[in-house]
Amino acid sequence: MEKLKGLKCRECGRAYRAAPVHVCEFCFGPLEVDYHYDAIRQVVTRDTIAAGPTSMWRYRDLLPVEGDIAVGHHVGFTPLVRAWNLAQELGLREVWVKNDSVCHPTWSFKDRVVAVALTKAKEFGFDTVACASTGNLANSVAAHAAEASLKSYIFIPADLEQGKVLATLVYNPTLVKVEGTYDEVNRLCSEIADKYHWAFVNVNFRPYYSEGSKSYGYEIVEQLGWRTPDHVVVPCAGGSLITKIWKAMKEFKTLGLIDRVTSKVHAAQALGCGPIVTMIKNDTDVLVPVRPDTIAKSLAIGNPADGYYAYKTAKESGGSGEHATDAEIVEGMLLLARTEGIFTETAGGVTVAATRKLIERGVIGKNDSVVICITGNGLKTPDPLYERLESHVQIRPLLSAFDRALADLKSQSVREG
Amino acid sequence: MARMRVRLTFPPERIQEPIIYHLVKDFDIVTNIRRADVKADHGWVALEMEGDEASLERGIAWLKGKGVTVDPIEHDVIIP
Ligand SMILES: Cc1ncc(COP(=O)(O)O)c(C=O)c1O
Ligand SMILES: [Zn+2]
Repeated sequence: MEKLKGLKCRECGRAYRAAPVHVCEFCFGPLEVDYHYDAIRQVVTRDTIAAGPTSMWRYRDLLPVEGDIAVGHHVGFTPLVRAWNLAQELGLREVWVKNDSVCHPTWSFKDRVVAVALTKAKEFGFDTVACASTGNLANSVAAHAAEASLKSYIFIPADLEQGKVLATLVYNPTLVKVEGTYDEVNRLCSEIADKYHWAFVNVNFRPYYSEGSKSYGYEIVEQLGWRTPDHVVVPCAGGSLITKIWKAMKEFKTLGLIDRVTSKVHAAQALGCGPIVTMIKNDTDVLVPVRPDTIAKSLAIGNPADGYYAYKTAKESGGSGEHATDAEIVEGMLLLARTEGIFTETAGGVTVAATRKLIERGVIGKNDSVVICITGNGLKTPDPLYERLESHVQIRPLLSAFDRALADLKSQSVREG
Repeated sequence: MARMRVRLTFPPERIQEPIIYHLVKDFDIVTNIRRADVKADHGWVALEMEGDEASLERGIAWLKGKGVTVDPIEHDVIIP
């Protein structure tokens, strides 16, 4: 089956062959992968997908890889958890958590995009890969480059969380800390990408890389029993994931795998870095870049590459967006942990907090079904929690000491009611 | 002669000014607008610029001094 048509300009529609290119020569618009959907429709059914591997590669006919899968064989197909306790807390009937905090191997949805990008880099014959990252991408590129025996150069803002730095260094890449914001790192990488012939996964490989995020959307639909939820709440940084979840749903409809797409897709961002949500709230397609100031560092992109398309996604689907303050982000992390036993990073705190606000605003109704996108793991960003949490009791190793401590705890909880 | 492609983002207070005109006239740069979106209070232009290296450099420094954000549009990688 010839499934890949090539690349297509998102602005002027001009067609390109499937090469490592990413900008339209004609209008400088971004390129996107284009498929022969008629051919794919002939071979892909719910049954063929269900018979595939329990990883994102069960959707490989809808991903832009042509040869063998080079890396990340076990990425994806993460749990979609029915969140009964959280639903009760939020006053909703049907809440689901799509839990990529346990995505193999580096605990974020970025493994999906990197598995595609590095497989593609191998296909095209590159020996060096690189990325500009707010943390999770760094972890994933470094890990998959190790698996693929590729050299890797990883560029991050110098003030990134310890956990994210360590979880990159351990794979032995060349890690470059850049003294500046992510947006400055990204601009530098544009220049580096022009000079060195590396596969920059989120610069010159962006058309392929970003397609990996579609698998997150496919999984939501399949795991819900081949239906779309009423709402999906998505954390946004560069704005790619939200557009690809929406694309995934529409593709399933195009292929006849579902009859209709009913989801409103909402954007979640931190108040200290929320240019996409600001566009949605002001109903303007003009993105005004911001200088990030938030504990949600993985989402701290002030000038998002796909900001315009993220806005369009929310708009086209009838969705909205919400900002979360740093305090609300921490409350969101604690709420998800306390109700569902899922420890997410700050980005997940943003999504939970934004969901709560969308409910308060009446955008999400009591009887609606909601999928909350949890895309990263809390053990990578424990920093904002240290001051909020302390161990309850410390005692000497004596039963009597424990008895006394327990009595104290009980009287304390009676006093606090 | 050198060529560059950039995305210029204009702050509100510069929207009314003939920035690109000055770029052409004062710095001897040939410009070719590929795509643009200019509104009352904000705007960007995707632009190809051609000139000698020194002129391009001076032109970009002048733009930045005017508060215009200059983002490079990367070229495609050549297959090794
Ligand atoms: C945990 C997490 N969630 C969500 C996102 C947002 O993804 P995108 O840049 O595609 O909007 C990121 C991006 O870095 C991330 O690290
Ligand atoms: Zn184009």
